[in-house]
Amino acid sequence: MVEAKSSAVLIEHVVKQFGEGDRAVHALADVSLNIRDNEFFTLLGPSGCGKTTLLRCIAGFEQPTDGRILLFGDEIDELPPNKRPVNTVFQHYALFPHMTVAANVGFGPRMLKRSRSEIESVVERILKLVHMDHLADRRSTQLSGGQQQRVALARALATQPEVLLLDEPLSALDLKLRQQMRVELKQLQEETGITFIFVTHDQEEALTMSDRIAVMSDGKVQQVGTPKDIYERPINHFVADFIGETNFFDVTVEGVNGGKATCVAPGGARLAAEAVEGCKVGDTVSLSVRPERIRFSQDGAHGDSLNGVIERPIYLGTDTHYHVRLPDGVSVLVRVQNAHGGAKPVTVGDKVALRFDPGAVIMLMD
Amino acid sequence: MSKREDQLRKRHRENLVRGTLLSPALLTICGFLIAPLLIVLVYSFLTPGTYGGVIWEWTFDAYIQFLFERDIFDESLVFSTAYLEIYSRSFVQAIVATIACFIIGFPTAYFIATRPEDQKNMWVLLVTVPYWVNLLIRTISMLFLIRNEGPLNHGLQSIGLIDSPIQIAYTNFGVGIGLVYSYLPFMVLPLYATIERFDFRLVEAAYDLYADRWTVLFKVILPICLPGVVAGSLLVFIPSLGAFIAPDLLGGGKNLMIGNLIALQFQGSRNWPFGSAAAMIVMSVVMVALIVYTRQQTRTRIQVH
Repeated sequence: MVEAKSSAVLIEHVVKQFGEGDRAVHALADVSLNIRDNEFFTLLGPSGCGKTTLLRCIAGFEQPTDGRILLFGDEIDELPPNKRPVNTVFQHYALFPHMTVAANVGFGPRMLKRSRSEIESVVERILKLVHMDHLADRRSTQLSGGQQQRVALARALATQPEVLLLDEPLSALDLKLRQQMRVELKQLQEETGITFIFVTHDQEEALTMSDRIAVMSDGKVQQVGTPKDIYERPINHFVADFIGETNFFDVTVEGVNGGKATCVAPGGARLAAEAVEGCKVGDTVSLSVRPERIRFSQDGAHGDSLNGVIERPIYLGTDTHYHVRLPDGVSVLVRVQNAHGGAKPVTVGDKVALRFDPGAVIMLMD
Repeated sequence: MSKREDQLRKRHRENLVRGTLLSPALLTICGFLIAPLLIVLVYSFLTPGTYGGVIWEWTFDAYIQFLFERDIFDESLVFSTAYLEIYSRSFVQAIVATIACFIIGFPTAYFIATRPEDQKNMWVLLVTVPYWVNLLIRTISMLFLIRNEGPLNHGLQSIGLIDSPIQIAYTNFGVGIGLVYSYLPFMVLPLYATIERFDFRLVEAAYDLYADRWTVLFKVILPICLPGVVAGSLLVFIPSLGAFIAPDLLGGGKNLMIGNLIALQFQGSRNWPFGSAAAMIVMSVVMVALIVYTRQQTRTRIQVH
């Protein structure tokens, strides 16, 4: 369904370099992305990964050193920010302090020389959309953080851009408000049908709102996929580690058969995983297993499974985290839901065998 | 001792400390600002002495003289615009100088404010360098530069741009150059202070919302930096209005400005009450203008709230 939609922003081999010669910093190293129309697309990564730089390249505040950016098929690299049909919600909102809320929201339409009545109706409609119509005559400096956030959003939406860029817009809000705004943002995106490109370092934000996520680090795109893809099928160590919690096992490939690989852990246990491309017998690879996809089986400790000793249970309300110490000293994190109390209780010192859910073991590319 | 008494005593002591600490400033203001102003005010209502000084006879003559000429023969009063002309010329000169200072000063301040952090202080220092030299000397140097035989006219003549020297010295234009040169830093420094605090992300936001360069300047940067513009304009306008040295040297004393008029009353004309009245008039005009401006500012702010 999503696949059928056309491309809104096409980023082709974009390189951005700051500085010259020895002191040059590569903020973006050959980034290519295809962001589709009507999509909620998230650029996720730690600070300094280049996600904001990429957003600024799309907005026009930065010029790519190399590569090109197409907006609905048109090359926009030569256009200054005020000629691009994209708008930005800035990290610190950047509301005009000398204007009222309504004047802030009406700024874009005024610049586009819309008629007075048209501006008034747009401002009213957009402010209603973000639930700020009752504060239209306030000065922007007299608003709380959450209110400023909504006005910034309204201001960027008032010109009906084809693409909306959001630069960590929720980072300055407190937790409750942030969670509420996540829902509202997603709703707004669905209602308006505008393509959202959302920058964040918060994986939870990315997972809850996005249609697709691009995980970035060191100026490169590590993986692009749906939240489910990214979480359940991370392709490399960085992605598996950055999104959620996981266990890594360094193993040796023992056999490859029809896309399935059998791997041997240092303790002798055998683990089956889907083989990544180019994986050969004898290779040393990393496996990732999410803690909630591991189960205990106290009865069947046999040679092929991972056996360990329960070390430290941490009760977290909805679930309990167990640290299981393997014979080779590696500690494995296991998450057990407390919901139905069905699982047999385990205590410190219990010997357990670890069972993995089907498809839980993911072989990583590096 | 009751708690209440204790508190009262404490408050009393605090007031005493506050008063003591403020006293140097208060004494300075009273002794060097208010007292001299009162003397000027009183003198403006007295009768001039023949050889300068005043005779203690109360009269409104000084103020009447400002607007009317007394006929020598029948002592009747005839409306005269001579002094009003001097005043309006001074106001025009000062306004033009202020505008010119703004036009030159704003880009300068913007330039300094957008330099890297470690270079800003050097640029600010360069702006203040002329102030290390006495104003009189700077103005005389300016005269040497712009006079008919000076390097400016010589240069223009030698490259063939003009045939005969342009008369700049001893004209209103020359005075204007002197005023701008004298007071430009007073415009640059407050402007720099406000632009330096300006959040340039707002410029990006405006660009993002389809504003062009000029709109960004006039609708975003200037309105937000308005306090600096007002401060700089006042700091240039007020001393320009009462300037004495520039009009005296560069204007050749031909086209009197308020400063020269007042100076003249205390020197050649020996009419101290009229000089005092002239000073009081210009001061009250400026003060009324300022009060009206501040009132309006507060009112717009209240309306907005």
